[in-house]
Amino acid sequence: MTMHEYSILRALLDRVEAEAQAHHASAVRRIRVRIGELAGVDPELLRSAYSLLRERSICQDADLEICTMEARWECVRCTRQIAPGEILRCPECATPARLASGDEIVLEQIAMEVP
Amino acid sequence: MCETCGCGDPAVVAVDVHDRILAGNERTARHNREHFQERGVVAVNLMGSPGSGKTAILEATAHAAGHRRRLAAISGDLATDRDAQRLRAAGIPSASIATGSACHLDAEMIHHALHDLAWGDCSFLFIENVGNLVCPAVYDLGEAVRVVALSVTEGEDKPLKYPVMFLKADLVLLTKIDLLPHLPDVRVDAIADALARVMPRPVLLPVSARTGEGLDQWLGWLEGQRSCLANTPLAEALEDAGRDACAPRLNRSRDHEWPSRSRAQQKIGR
Repeated sequence: MTMHEYSILRALLDRVEAEAQAHHASAVRRIRVRIGELAGVDPELLRSAYSLLRERSICQDADLEICTMEARWECVRCTRQIAPGEILRCPECATPARLASGDEIVLEQIAMEVP
Repeated sequence: MCETCGCGDPAVVAVDVHDRILAGNERTARHNREHFQERGVVAVNLMGSPGSGKTAILEATAHAAGHRRRLAAISGDLATDRDAQRLRAAGIPSASIATGSACHLDAEMIHHALHDLAWGDCSFLFIENVGNLVCPAVYDLGEAVRVVALSVTEGEDKPLKYPVMFLKADLVLLTKIDLLPHLPDVRVDAIADALARVMPRPVLLPVSARTGEGLDQWLGWLEGQRSCLANTPLAEALEDAGRDACAPRLNRSRDHEWPSRSRAQQKIGR
């Protein structure tokens, strides 16, 4: 079974190639992505997929920087933080928690060589 | 050109993007969602482990409600169309998607499958996802609601092990409850507790496709989603009352993340 990290990597590389083309870049030097802890994406599998899929592409010499984001649950009413593993309701007002961060699958920045 | 010394060497430019990598899938999912909403079809993304009882619960749904409501299904699996065959035998017109090696369905696959299925006059379109508790959670298909089938045989701590799947669920069907007498170490309250630690609005519905227990509540929940989808005074009343059973919740961390899936809100034009 192919891990979905491959399809995410494919989407990432397509976007990077499109941006590189739009900027008339000759090469990509660095790609920075942000992956949340609760995004459902394994950063190491993403990195493995990258090392395979970047061959013979404009990204073949580009570094992949993966910034991981911790999951942060908070009460929508009083913004009190709820610790991971706890019941996801505010202990003060019983409001269901909101995931403030930690589900991101975001392309942040591309560093590329332009003439 | 290098701005430092004017030589012909290329310059390195950092371009800020700040966009979701799966924006393409999300666009297609929005497109699917608009289609479903326009036709008043409640699309249900049904996920769960292999063997969790997804197909069986759909067969039971067809037997119980197929005479009252028109149903359709799309079944995804790595190979074979056995699930689609079972659903057709149960009276649900079904298209199958053989994903080959892909561990999940995505919005584009659904978009294509819709061309092979007469779904427009249906009340419910069930999308039976690939049996997998990891990958399918990542992909918006354009559904109205996400339902996760969790069998009593899977262990009380399953939700804790697969938080992403459960945090994005609108309803968890606890399947095969007819087996509970044979599973003395399995406690439903322990499963509910685990769920409450990964799902802010846990909704756990015990069911048995074999005995029919819990099916009435399952059908009632589905009908509730249908009321939400329709732009009716009932939907508005439910919206005003803030009834959790009506509007599915997605944990939206920031505005640039998942689009809202609250159909009642979209219909009312908010």
